[in-house]
Amino acid sequence: MNPIRKKRLTLIGLMVAGIAVATWLALNAFDENLMFFFSPTEVAEGKAPTAHPFRIGGLVEVDSVKRKPDGLTTAFSLTDNAKAVTVEYTGILPDLFREGQGIVAMGQLNESGIFIASEVLAKHDENYMPPEVAASLKTAHDDGVKNMQSRVQ
Amino acid sequence: MIIRFFHQMGSPRYFYNVAGKMIPWFMVGFLITLVLGLYNGLFVAPPDYQQGESYRIIYIHVPAAWMSMFIYVVMAVSGLISLVWRIKMTEIIVISSATVGASFTFLALATGSLWGKPMWGTWWVWDARLTSELLLLFLYLGIIALHSAIEDKRVAARAVSILALVGVVNIPVIHYSVEWWNTLHQPATITKFDKPSMDMSMLIPLLTMAISFKLYYGAVVLMRARAEIVERERNSRWVQELVEEEAK
Repeated sequence: MNPIRKKRLTLIGLMVAGIAVATWLALNAFDENLMFFFSPTEVAEGKAPTAHPFRIGGLVEVDSVKRKPDGLTTAFSLTDNAKAVTVEYTGILPDLFREGQGIVAMGQLNESGIFIASEVLAKHDENYMPPEVAASLKTAHDDGVKNMQSRVQ
Repeated sequence: MIIRFFHQMGSPRYFYNVAGKMIPWFMVGFLITLVLGLYNGLFVAPPDYQQGESYRIIYIHVPAAWMSMFIYVVMAVSGLISLVWRIKMTEIIVISSATVGASFTFLALATGSLWGKPMWGTWWVWDARLTSELLLLFLYLGIIALHSAIEDKRVAARAVSILALVGVVNIPVIHYSVEWWNTLHQPATITKFDKPSMDMSMLIPLLTMAISFKLYYGAVVLMRARAEIVERERNSRWVQELVEEEAK
């Protein structure tokens, strides 16, 4: 390689490296703000803001979804399998909302520690499979659990 | 032999002729894989256990999103070669790729938004994945605008190459955004090292569509590059001979 090309290549290399470092520093500084949501553990630890609305993300705990008498308000507990936060939401829930599903809710904590959501979004996971496969996986799982239980007994 | 081929492809005249012969093959391959991929994806593949039929938008969304990043990397590499070695052909590749790349980025954003409304419950959120992909669209549009703002083609190509290289840091950010931060967008289904978390019957049409979109890009970039060559070399003898021949 002749010296001029070598010089150009070094300059470009330095430029790209410089921008990469600058981007990395900027993203690091904004890390908190780039988090789309807080987990129930972070909320329990008091890391989430109390003065303004924020998002909370986790799984809808099984057997925790309750309808209020007004018919529109739903209360459920949101968990990350370590801590749980009770969420109340008035309005129409997205299609994918169900027990065990990952969701993200926007809102604020009230004085009694209940999260009053103004918006509930369903979070989809990266798994795609036909219904039959999902069903057979579930049966296999249930069978496995039963085997384990019978062995313990 | 491969090195000689690349040397020859550096000559606009040679490139023009070879590209002319390659385009029909790319087009035929694109149409075959497109029909196969769409038919298998929309009619043969089973519905998803959670999303039902609506998941089928991934057959457009995912390949388009892959292409949006792939094309940008092609542009950045060509830009680097143009800046260091001042090769005319790679300059042409950079600018010929920009509109296709912008279209794929727009397609990925639009299809994602259409899917997001019923599934997530919103058209748009400012999470890291969606925002960085939108930034990619703006980079493409910036490259197109910068190129048309400068009269001298070679100066324009140099400016555009620098912009393409500056923006390339966004590519790993898009790719890893779903891992580095909590996002509403789900993490990658298909990764290089792991077994894909998708059933084979759904995966094969998806990969067919990915090949199809690559072939489409190949065909379009060659067509645009040929047009660009003729415009740049309009004063050279071989282009004038070509025009005379066409006129007959």
